Amino acid sequence: MAIPDQHGRFGLYGGRYVPETLMPALLELEEVYQRTRRDRKFQAEFKHYLKEYVGRPTPLYLAQRLTKQLGGAKIYLKREDLCHTGAHKINNAIGQALLAKRMKKPRLIAETGAGQHGVATATVAAMFGLECEIYMGTEDMQRQALNVFRMRLLGSKVTGVDAGSRTLKDAISEAMRDWTTNVRTTHYVLGSVLGAHPYPMMIRDFQSVIGREARKQILATEGRLPDCLIACVGGGSNAMGLFHAFVPDKKVKMVGVEAGGLGVESGKHAARFAGGRPGVLQGTMTYLLQDDNGQVNLTHSVSAGLDYAAVGPEHSYLRESNRAEYTSVTDDQALAAFDLLAREEGIMPALESAHAIAEVVKRAPKMKKNQILVVNLSGRGDKDVQQVARIKGVTL
Amino acid sequence: MNRLDQTFGRLKAQGEKALITYIMAGDPSLQDTEQLVLELERAGADIIELGVPFSDPIADGPVIQQAAERGLQSGTSLRKILDSVRRLREATQIPIVLMAYYNNIHAFGAAEFCGKAVEAGVDGLIVPDMPPDEAGPLRGPADAAGLHLIFLLAPTSTSSRRAYVAKESGGFVYYVSLTGITGAKLNDMAGVRDNVAKIKKHTKTPVAVGFGVATPEDAASVAQLADGVIVGSAIVRRVGEHGQDGRLVQEVGSFVRSLKTAMQPT
Repeated sequence: MAIPDQHGRFGLYGGRYVPETLMPALLELEEVYQRTRRDRKFQAEFKHYLKEYVGRPTPLYLAQRLTKQLGGAKIYLKREDLCHTGAHKINNAIGQALLAKRMKKPRLIAETGAGQHGVATATVAAMFGLECEIYMGTEDMQRQALNVFRMRLLGSKVTGVDAGSRTLKDAISEAMRDWTTNVRTTHYVLGSVLGAHPYPMMIRDFQSVIGREARKQILATEGRLPDCLIACVGGGSNAMGLFHAFVPDKKVKMVGVEAGGLGVESGKHAARFAGGRPGVLQGTMTYLLQDDNGQVNLTHSVSAGLDYAAVGPEHSYLRESNRAEYTSVTDDQALAAFDLLAREEGIMPALESAHAIAEVVKRAPKMKKNQILVVNLSGRGDKDVQQVARIKGVTL
Repeated sequence: MNRLDQTFGRLKAQGEKALITYIMAGDPSLQDTEQLVLELERAGADIIELGVPFSDPIADGPVIQQAAERGLQSGTSLRKILDSVRRLREATQIPIVLMAYYNNIHAFGAAEFCGKAVEAGVDGLIVPDMPPDEAGPLRGPADAAGLHLIFLLAPTSTSSRRAYVAKESGGFVYYVSLTGITGAKLNDMAGVRDNVAKIKKHTKTPVAVGFGVATPEDAASVAQLADGVIVGSAIVRRVGEHGQDGRLVQEVGSFVRSLKTAMQPT
């Protein structure tokens, strides 16, 4: 059975819950995407930009000192932080910008949480000569001021969203409203495996290069598949990107790490699988943090990119079918992992990716020395340095 | 017979068009909502649309977003709204349609909701983020209970969408007059005329036009083209302005009277 099915369903999850105004655009996008998927010219063009512009393939790096210190499994880092713009987000942004060009839509819009997807979209818009507007919650603009400036330097308009929790969720709602209004000229470059069909499938496919490379690299280096994959999960695009190529390899365990914030019991977190239940938000049916009446809860995470009330529908499906497991780490654990990776390996991870590292800290020591862990280091931490300083009480 | 069908039938016989007025339930309180519904009817509204406040209303502009925030602040929930409708039914038989985002219905229980809503006195349901393609779980229970599922068409809709959505829609077809969100400015009346005519080729169900109808002049123009005129943001804005000053009912009533007067056939 193809996943998702023709209605965009991953089992019970996914679908297309959008205003009628957007339905023709989604149907067009699906049709164009299905055609380009099989179009060699498109695939060659996509590959070209991934290689020459993004710098793929990214290394699969054996973190020797971290491995030694944790004293268990061998730890490999998939270095998406080395992509141009500093995170995996650009893989998807390039794919969607190429699609927008095919659909002759001269304007791109995007939402952003941590700013990584906004920067990636602003970057490809500059490179392809497209107009670009980025929506960002005002809370996130404050947390990620550097990325806001970066997007403006790249020639994009950054529009603050001052509604609700002023974070990623509200930025997506505002981008959807813009898209509803300007759908004839605008392509919405959604940044994660969220939203209405075909976005979760399409974005997964654009990101699946991560797992395909990692699989090939680990087979070349170790001559076998890893025992476990670990990735952080906000919407979940870096995790889907790593997991997708390994889904048929049943012996490879897959672990998604959600933002535990101040702790799941505190209610201030973004651990959808720990505290949520299925519902519909922003176009898709999936696990959602909500109250008894179906109002969406406010979330909290030190990491803007994980601070979102819903999770990509395919993750709900992978969890329900027991193919992947999901866990969470707290703000404090993620911050400790940020320090650890900087000191042991000379790599500052994005606070999002630091959640995956924190899970490695818990898990690697319990594994045997001949076992292999592959972690998606989805982004670099430069953007977070100011925030980390603030948390540590350091004035720069 | 569903009150919506009765009302459209009666208006057609009289050569009149339906004035459909939207307010957000619980803005500023459900008690006010109940008073407003009765005043809307006195002022000439033919059908009442009650918004169900949702935390993330993707199809709505700032006026209705803020109304939803006020509704949530006053503690409004779908269950309490049904209680209000039940109380209203002791005083009025005006058709009542709920406009709710899907997650509120899903959290209530889609199947259970239809029966409970009709029992309380609700006649129709609009779910702005649920195209008929996703309405499967509601279809059976809605038909069994006699609840009309009202779907939307837009200027972007293709002819195959028009045929499909028009066929699926009960009570009336909601034509969204502009490519955008609620409360935007209506400026393409020729496009509205054209699209309403195209929809009518597919269905005998009445077609009502909403989004952007803000003034008595707009209402008069739209009434020439369609079976019903839906006014939302323009009323909700007045509720926002007068929610706390004691003139709420009077201000909303006089605005709606001006709409109704403008729509009278000459």
